Amino acid sequence: MNEFLQQLLNGLSLGAIYALIALGYTMVYGVLRFINFAHADVFMVGSFIGYYAGRLVPEGTLWGGLAVLCIAMIGCALLGMLIERLAYRPLRNAPTLNVLITAIGVSLLLEYTGQVFFGAAPRTFPAIFPMQTFTVGGLILSTNQIFVIVVSALLVVALQFIVHRTKIGTAMRAVSLNPKAAALMGVNNNVVISFTFGLGSALAGAGGILYALNYPSIDPLMGVMPGLKAFTAAILGGIGNIPGAALGGLLLGTVETFVAGSEWSTYKDAIAFTILIIILLFRPAGLLGRLTTEKV
Amino acid sequence: MIAILGLAACSKPQAEGIQIGEIASLTGKEAAFGQASHKGTLLAIEELNAAGGVLGQQLYLTTEDNQSKAGESATAARKLISRTKVVALLGEVASSRSLEMAPVAQAAKIPMISPSSTNPSVTETGDYIFRVCFIDPFQGTVMAKFAKDTLKAKKVAVLSSVSSAYSVGLAKYFKETYLADGGVIPVEQKYAEGDKDFKAQLTAIKAANVDAIFVPGYYTEAALICKQARELGITVPLLGGDGWEAPQLIEIGGTAVEGSFYSTHYSPENKTPAVEEFVKKFQARWDGQIPDAMAALGYDSALVLADAIKRAGSTEGSKIRDALAATDAFVGVTGRTQIDAGRNAAKSAVIITVENGQFKFVGEVSP
Repeated sequence: MNEFLQQLLNGLSLGAIYALIALGYTMVYGVLRFINFAHADVFMVGSFIGYYAGRLVPEGTLWGGLAVLCIAMIGCALLGMLIERLAYRPLRNAPTLNVLITAIGVSLLLEYTGQVFFGAAPRTFPAIFPMQTFTVGGLILSTNQIFVIVVSALLVVALQFIVHRTKIGTAMRAVSLNPKAAALMGVNNNVVISFTFGLGSALAGAGGILYALNYPSIDPLMGVMPGLKAFTAAILGGIGNIPGAALGGLLLGTVETFVAGSEWSTYKDAIAFTILIIILLFRPAGLLGRLTTEKV
Repeated sequence: MIAILGLAACSKPQAEGIQIGEIASLTGKEAAFGQASHKGTLLAIEELNAAGGVLGQQLYLTTEDNQSKAGESATAARKLISRTKVVALLGEVASSRSLEMAPVAQAAKIPMISPSSTNPSVTETGDYIFRVCFIDPFQGTVMAKFAKDTLKAKKVAVLSSVSSAYSVGLAKYFKETYLADGGVIPVEQKYAEGDKDFKAQLTAIKAANVDAIFVPGYYTEAALICKQARELGITVPLLGGDGWEAPQLIEIGGTAVEGSFYSTHYSPENKTPAVEEFVKKFQARWDGQIPDAMAALGYDSALVLADAIKRAGSTEGSKIRDALAATDAFVGVTGRTQIDAGRNAAKSAVIITVENGQFKFVGEVSP
């Protein structure tokens, strides 16, 4: 029983990070109907911003850690908006496939520019937050794990609030529903899309810091696997749906952890993804997604 | 510089000197290995050239970086053989990548010496493939005996990588010896190269209540595994192989790697005259850096090759091959290199522990 709870905790803290990255995929898809493959690399850049910013603040202090987190989120938001402005906006009226290929191009550009600037060798991420482990009824908790889960939960709630309770959120939903009609109603589509990219990338930045805190070895290709998993999590939860992305991330992280902790650990990714395929067979639009038929 | 030498070689391959190719992971996940090995090899080549070269000709080393990635080494080997016209290949450290370049070298009949790939299948590729280090059946036995006799561990868990030939082989030989000696392995877990999260596997290992954990893998993962094991409250020692040997193990692992043990090829603290002289020369050449096992083996691989070319009296592939196969008690930094019928070297292993953030020599085990 104890082992079960411990694995559940491990799974949730891994899933919380997948969820944060998945939110970025889902938001961009919700507004622009395309998958921003460069998102996983913005996540990597977030870790590296944290790596350099982490040297400026004293190690193991709460304020220092939060400052690094904020710097990474702001840095990634700016990067996300820059990518949108330079790579995607010129293709606004082009077929989705062109944008998709551009996204893959931007992803590779970030990865290999990262190798030029940061080098391909892994680096050790500093312990920017105070770290402690304690035992609760035989269960071992680390402050990092709790921090990851709490920050992810707070960010998901904040995101829900922004999308459903603020003016810019209403504009986002309007653009998502019908960009032309939204523009006619006086919504500045460019500002809304830019904001969406900024917000999604800020979440990727936060994800990058949280991931590096738990797994303190970072390199320019670190975004590839978590990005792929988060993308799957977004599809699993129903792409375009914010609580769905969070749920998908948590589910994927938990399933993966339980398989990895069993005697079939060799096949952990295979089994985790098979379960996802089965879920999608029964719910093609994802767990919380709604199936919409397109009119021809 | 290297490119210019390479181009010069294209026009007149033989007249200007002897071209030697090296494939190393200079960047990427196992960069510490590639860098150390390369520095050792380069030092040996420079010394040989300073002493007048081999067969009256200077040696030129062309190094290709495979970025620690799968799928790059075969291409690099083809390029070195067809464009740079190398007479022999040195590399790689990781067994998986040596296995990629070995068939290319074998097909072109270019002798290849791996400085430190320990998986037996590397030299089984063909009669042109050699190595100057011990192999995993020996390393696995050393660690199994160490766990059983020195640590008095009755139950050991094994956590190995599924995607590296080195890890799979070492885990297998460790298990064989340990089980034959009456040890119990209640749990065995797997991970893949590039994984960052090992808590699931470690939680399962913790539940099995073992006396030690054997982690035959490379330092990046090993350091994270040690760290996460300590976070989960696992206090038993972790054991590893020569894949652990890198300063990054301590850098990433911090206090979590204290009290761990691993086996390797050589220790700079092993006070023999050959080792002391090598450490002095290496430090003078590379800013006071202390050479690790990969550096020592990289150095020895180049010396063994030069020795074979001298004895062959020619740079023809088949003649170098025959001379290499006849290498008998060549004394290098990592001990005597005796190439056996399987083109492997029988050598002794040393056991190292981490104490106060430093690697400490524990003992030497002869084959």
